[in-house]
Amino acid sequence: MRITEEQVRYVAALSNLQLSAEEVAHLRTDLDGILEHIDRLNEISTSGVEPMAQVLYEADDTATLRPDTPAEPLGNAAAMANAPQPGAGYFKVPKVIER
Amino acid sequence: MDIASLTIDGIRASLLARRFSAVELATEALGFAEAENPRTNAYLRFSPERALSAARHVDERIARGQELGRLAAVPVAVKDVIVTKGVRTTCGSKLLANYIPPYDATAVERLEQAGALIIGKTNCDEFAMGSSNENSAFGPVRNPVALDRVPGGSSGGSAAAVAQGTAVVALGSDTGGSIRQPASFCGVVGVTPTYGRVSRYGLTAFASSLDHIGPLARSVKEAATVLGVIAGRDARDATSAAAPVPDYTAGLDGNVKGLKLGLPREYLKELTSETGELIYAAVDDLKRLGCEIREISLPATDYAIACYYILATAEASSNLARYDGVRYTFRSAQTETLAEMYRNTRGEGFGAECKRRIMLGTYVLSAGYYDAYYLKAQKVRALIARDFANAFQEVDAIVAPVSPYPAFRLGEKIADPIAMYLSDIYTITGDLAGIPCMSVPCGKTAAGLPVGMQILTRHFDEPTMFRLADAFEALGRAV
Repeated sequence: MRITEEQVRYVAALSNLQLSAEEVAHLRTDLDGILEHIDRLNEISTSGVEPMAQVLYEADDTATLRPDTPAEPLGNAAAMANAPQPGAGYFKVPKVIER
Repeated sequence: MDIASLTIDGIRASLLARRFSAVELATEALGFAEAENPRTNAYLRFSPERALSAARHVDERIARGQELGRLAAVPVAVKDVIVTKGVRTTCGSKLLANYIPPYDATAVERLEQAGALIIGKTNCDEFAMGSSNENSAFGPVRNPVALDRVPGGSSGGSAAAVAQGTAVVALGSDTGGSIRQPASFCGVVGVTPTYGRVSRYGLTAFASSLDHIGPLARSVKEAATVLGVIAGRDARDATSAAAPVPDYTAGLDGNVKGLKLGLPREYLKELTSETGELIYAAVDDLKRLGCEIREISLPATDYAIACYYILATAEASSNLARYDGVRYTFRSAQTETLAEMYRNTRGEGFGAECKRRIMLGTYVLSAGYYDAYYLKAQKVRALIARDFANAFQEVDAIVAPVSPYPAFRLGEKIADPIAMYLSDIYTITGDLAGIPCMSVPCGKTAAGLPVGMQILTRHFDEPTMFRLADAFEALGRAV
């Protein structure tokens, strides 16, 4: 067994996911199977290989730079339009700091 | 007007000959798409106001004798992970069921600048995570070719819309095969361009180092035309490439004589007989067209699924952190504390597959596991990219299957996530390397299910990919 229900609950807490007991049990089985498949990576040697974080191809050094030109921002009203609970131009959330 | 057999060139000719106006076309196309939709559930919603307004612009240009854009009055369907200003964009998720984007994706903006009519948003797996379109919060899509089967995923709605004829072309997104696999399952052309060729601005992020936007169409030339419109540098996406965009339709002359094609042995060993037979028959066709076929080896292929499901889920766990109940429409009703708001919003909002991937991604990035999983996978990714680079020293293009099998039945694989992940085996490698790749229909099984052939080329060598696909398409093997 590669992962326990306790680990599943720990990872769920890191992920800010509320899971039911049933979901925890299911995810444990699923993740166990997936991690078993992933273990095959140990078969392939990667010594001396540079990790690849992004797609690389030949390009000029400045290919991703753009001129720094000011432009109109989205604006508060548009940015707030999808807020579950807007208020006075801000996103409202439950109280964070208790007195 | 026969909406289902419209073409980009045909629409232009009809507009200029005044056989119909753009507004007439938009009205009929919308009516047809709405009437056809209950059969497949390909669209999540239609955007008549937007399509009609774009059509009026086209008609004004015609009235004034102005030149028409390359996609004048072409009905286009857009996958619902690509944002459209003022048109609800849900990503197939309950979390975004009411999200109305305040801006347009660059690809959408460019389509409309070229005269296209955005007629609706297509169904997809939640946040583009899936290979069958069964992970949509708004119900699965049925394959128009065989209604008891999946259309593939995650761009299943886009592929189904094009196959059904309700849109002439569509936009999809591809992170591990999400354009090519549904294209092959539905019998249409699907293109994943070079990473960075099309701006990702406005594409809801799943795995940023792997995400692509690309076209689906009923012909290679039409896919090439759409790519020509949406490709190119965009200051709003720092990973978009500055390389000039060629005319992708220019080299479609049928001449592929002397092209060296690689046939990777790792892609052919697990094929069900019918898919394998069709691929081998296509390879024979290409030989007859004058291509030189060489067997090649891409030895890291066997590790691609493991590599992908570490990297893609790691990136996804981070990208999906933003859906926390603060900014994006949905918030749980149970929110006594801030932490409870986060947990309950995400627990109630995300579907099973998203949760699985967030969990896996968080696990592989968590303390103690980073080196063993994430770093190792990044190195394996380099080996996969190196395999392709080595192969392209010898060959001009690689031909391979898109999927090990044709469209499977609804429900057939949904309970077994690993079986579902394994169905991406031949498509994820192209995404990991960031090279252009596409699916072109190469025939049907005895049961009438479409099979796609995949073509992969060097970074930015879409012209060779399109030339080969177009020459093959002209043989008429798809029917």
